[in-house]
Order: sequence, then structure tokens, then C-alpha cells
Amino acid sequence: MIEEEFDAIVVGAGMSGNAAAYTMASQGLTVLQLERGEYPGSKNVQGAIMYADMLEQIIPDFRDDAPLERHLVEQRFWVMDDTSHTGMQYRSDDFNEAKPNRYTIIRAQFDKWFSRKVRQTGATVLCETTVTELVRSASGKVIGVRTDRAGGPIYADVVVLAEGVNGLLGTRAGLRKMPKPESVALAVKEMHFLPDEVIEQRFGLQGDEGCVIEAAGTISRSMAGLAFLYTNKESISLGIGCLVSDFAQTMESPYVLLDAFKNHPSIRPLIAGSEVKEYSAHLIPEGGYKAIPQLFGDGWVAVGDAAQLNNAIHREGSNLAMTSGRIAGEAIIEIKGRNQPMIRRNLALYKTMLDKSFVVKDLMKYKDMPALIHTNSRNFFMTYPQLMSQAAQNFMRVDGTPKIEKEKATTAAFIKARSRWGLISDVVRLALAWR
Amino acid sequence: MTIAVTKLRVEEKLYQNRYLVDPGRPHIKVRPHERPSANLLALTHICPAKCYELNDKGQVETTSDGCMECGTCRVLCEASGEIVWNYPRGGFGVLFKFG
Ligand SMILES: Cc1cc2nc3c(=O)[nH]c(=O)nc-3n(C[C@H](O)[C@H](O)[C@H](O)COP(=O)(O)OP(=O)(O)OC[C@H]3O[C@@H](n4cnc5c(N)ncnc54)[C@H](O)[C@@H]3O)c2cc1C
Ligand code: SF4
Repeated sequence: MIEEEFDAIVVGAGMSGNAAAYTMASQGLTVLQLERGEYPGSKNVQGAIMYADMLEQIIPDFRDDAPLERHLVEQRFWVMDDTSHTGMQYRSDDFNEAKPNRYTIIRAQFDKWFSRKVRQTGATVLCETTVTELVRSASGKVIGVRTDRAGGPIYADVVVLAEGVNGLLGTRAGLRKMPKPESVALAVKEMHFLPDEVIEQRFGLQGDEGCVIEAAGTISRSMAGLAFLYTNKESISLGIGCLVSDFAQTMESPYVLLDAFKNHPSIRPLIAGSEVKEYSAHLIPEGGYKAIPQLFGDGWVAVGDAAQLNNAIHREGSNLAMTSGRIAGEAIIEIKGRNQPMIRRNLALYKTMLDKSFVVKDLMKYKDMPALIHTNSRNFFMTYPQLMSQAAQNFMRVDGTPKIEKEKATTAAFIKARSRWGLISDVVRLALAWR
Repeated sequence: MTIAVTKLRVEEKLYQNRYLVDPGRPHIKVRPHERPSANLLALTHICPAKCYELNDKGQVETTSDGCMECGTCRVLCEASGEIVWNYPRGGFGVLFKFG
């Protein structure tokens, strides 16, 4: 089908693939991008908060025409038990700035826009094409791909694997292992439509202002998990995700969890009367620094979710994807500029550059978090949220009990549930992992 | 909760979605077995599209029409050979309108 040989083939038209293709094609490289979906975004799921800084480094004037929903002025963190939530909330008018820092987006629309930008740089983008295999030379260097379209292999100097969390190609070619059940979360999500003025009223927003809620607690039924609710222009995205290993162990059904979250007394009024237009599911890489696989080799690099570059603690993924895609593109441009071959030794430049960026530094900072949360999920997602809620209620309810006795009761409840040692060690381990 | 109720609940959700089914070419297959492993059995509860079900012989079967291609079942059961998992052909499968 395609006879010519390309400087680079990019597999996948998600955040990381689009960043890589845009970066390379805008510097004059010949790029072929292959996407299995009917259109870019048709297979992709995100919350979705998009971080402007990382897109700005690729497309500085993206605000002119990108499909942005709301810029965020308020974030709420909730710890929930079955009937209540204890919250922390930050809202600032400083976020109403000329170039806002974070936006909500709808991935199917955003990816289509990003892909248009990629095409404008001269890259060839082919959708409805599943890449089925990597083609290798006699020496083992990746030299191209095979697809499920008619025709033979397509060749390129380098293949950028931007194939997302499942990363079938890379795992089947033996470049990396399949993600472990304890290092990926399964998230389910729904799109709830409401008139924009209703959303603005319910969340106290004006114009394009947006608000997001991140929630943890008994809603994940003692599994390591998080729920979210994000405001878009005329819709609310909401969902919940837990580690696959925890799902397998508890045999909880994700849709039952999602419905329980929607019916929680703190959430129900926020989405009342909405029309649901989609239900989706997707994995999120949550293994952190220790789960990062080999990132480059002879004739290939891996970027974004395929490389497990995801910061679960801060719920950042798309920005790590865009940045790793951009950096991989820049490394390839540099190697090409030096007229050097796309072999392992030279492509190591990608990792050197990535190590210096926030992507690897942030994941390194939290390298012990995934293991801690996984082994202590019952305490962090069940016991503590319940205790916290009891403490808050005890503090607020005025019933004639002397305050000193109330405080003693709260302390006693914590010690009874976790023991003095348990409490101290949880705090110490959490502090160490956070450090 | 009864199985019938949860099944109805998932079907109602999946009804909102767009799919282009590739007739006669299921992208997931379960290897014939006598007794399902714990992970395979778990799929009957945790697959978000409820694509896995127990038949009356206690074996796990799959119909992947409502599959959202999340990969959960692959992560749990591909390595052991209990299922064979592939992407649908290009353009087929789930088509998220919003994502
Ligand atoms: C519920 C949920 C909420 C999230 N919320 C946030 C958030 O609020 N903020 C944030 O920053 N991140 C969030 N993330 C994470 C974020 O979505 C990902 O990190 C990001 O999408 C990764 O981009 P990517 O390009 O690496 O992979 P993807 O976006 O998954 O793109 C991979 C692409 O490759 C294509 N592909 C795969 N295999 C093949 C093949 N063999 N042939 C052809 N094409 C192929 C796929 O169809 C897809 O288009 C969330 C994720 C989920 C699931
Ligand atoms: S990929 Fe996900 S939705 Fe599809 S059958 Fe497997 S678990 Fe179910």
C-alpha cells in the first residue's frame, strides 16, 4: 500500500503519539502515523484534565482553536465514607489568568484536533489501521511494521511506540513485559450531560471556570482506588478506578462501584437530572518509577502510557505522555541531524533527556508509593476514611458531651482501629514515600 | 444483588455506546477448560462490559461485542494462556464519542 520509506513511523495517535509526530514532522522529517481507531481519540479515555504547559511547549498558540472545556479555578479533595465526605478545597481567582494552567477536555474531540495539527505539519496519518507486528532486520533492529491492511511491511529508520497502556506490539516483540495486575488500575467513566448554566450554578462557576473533585475512601470498598468528577462545558465526567489486582481479589464489579459513587449523597445532587451519553473503561498505568520498562532499543523508542509514564499520585498522565513524545521526537531529530543510525546506543539520548525532565524526576520522587498503597489499601481506603469521618462528625455535633471527652473518644477510636504502632508506622512510611 | 439485575444495569450502560462489530471475528477467545482458574472466574464479575459469563457447566464463556478494549482480562489471563486477546481489526470495535 505504501511504497516509500519513512524517517519515522509512529504507532498510535493519542497524546504521546501526536506529540512525537508533530515534533518530528514540523522539523521536516517524513513521518507516518498509524492509528487503529476510526478516528484519533475513538479508543481513548481520560478524566480529563489537560495541563497547558506541556502542550504549550509543542503548540504555543493551542488556545486559539483547541477544543477546551473549562479552565480550572477550583479543586476539591474528598475523603468519603458511606454517608459523608471530609474535604479540602482550593479555589483561587489567580487561576482566572490570560493563559490558564489547567483545562478540562473531552479526549475524542481533543485528539481529533491534535491530529489535524499533526497533518498540517505534513505527516501522513492513517486511521483504521492496526499495527500487527514489528519488522526486524537480520540483526534484530526494528526496521518497520506490518499492519492489518493489504500490502507488505512499511519501513522506517525508527518506530515510535506510542501504543498506550496495553502496548501489545512492544510486549509481543519482547521489548517489555506485560503490565502486572498490581501496577495497572481499571477505571470506568460516564459522561453526564447538563445545561451549562446548571453546571455553573451547582459548582459556583462563571463563564468558562471549572471545578474538579478527586475522591477516595469507602467508595472503593477497601481497594486501592480513586474516584473523580470533572466539570466540562455542558457535561460532567465522572468515574472510579481501582487496581486490577484488587478487583481480581475482591471480585467487585466496576459498574456497581460506579453506580454507588453516583448515588452517594454528596455526589447525587451534583448530577441530578443529567442525561448519560457514554460509558467507558480503560486501564491506567500506576506502577510508577519501578514499573518503567526499557525505553529504547535498536530502531525503536517507547513513549507515554506504553512506557508506563504515569503519575498516579497526582493523576497526571497526558502531560507525561505529551512530554515523553516530544522529547523522543527531539532526540530522533538530533540523531538524524548528526547523520547517525537509529540504533540503541544513539537512541539512549532519549532516555538521557527524559531523565532530566519532570517526567522521570516526579516518578522517582514517589517510587515507593505504589507498593505502600497496594499493601495497605484496607487502611488507607477503608479504615482511615471511616475514622476521619467519625472524628469530623464528633467535632461538629453539639450534644452536651464535654469537648475533652470528645477528643479522647476520637483518639481512642484511632488507636483501637490501628493500634499506636500501626498509626506511627503508617505516618512514617507515608512520609518516607512522599519525601 | 442478583446477576440478572447487574446484567441489565451493564446492558443499559453499553447501550449508550457506539460499536462497529466485526461479524464472525471475535477479538477475544477463551481456551476450552474444565474448571476456570480464580482469575478467569473473577472476569465474570470484574469485566466492565460483563463480556464473561459462566455457563451451566461451570465454565467461563465470552461474547466480546460490548467489549471496551480496556485490557483488564488480558492482564489477568493472557499469560496463562486461558484467553487469546487481540485488538479488533482497524476501525472495528468500540468507538468512543467522548472518551
Ligand atoms: C479514566 C482516566 C482518567 C484519566 N485522567 C487523566 C487526567 O485527568 N489527566 C491526565 O493528564 N491524564 C489522565 N489519564 C491518563 C491519560 O489518559 C494517559 O496517560 C494518556 O492518554 C496517555 O497517552 P498515550 O498517547 O500514551 O496513550 P493513549 O492516549 O492511550 O493512545 C494510544 C493510541 O495508540 C493506539 N494504538 C494502540 N495500539 C495500536 C496498534 N497496534 N496499531 C495502531 N494504533 C494503536 C490507540 O488506539 C490509541 O489511540 C486518565 C486515564 C484514564 C483511563
Ligand atoms: S478488554 Fe475489558 S471490556 Fe473487553 S472483555 Fe476484557 S475486561 Fe471486558
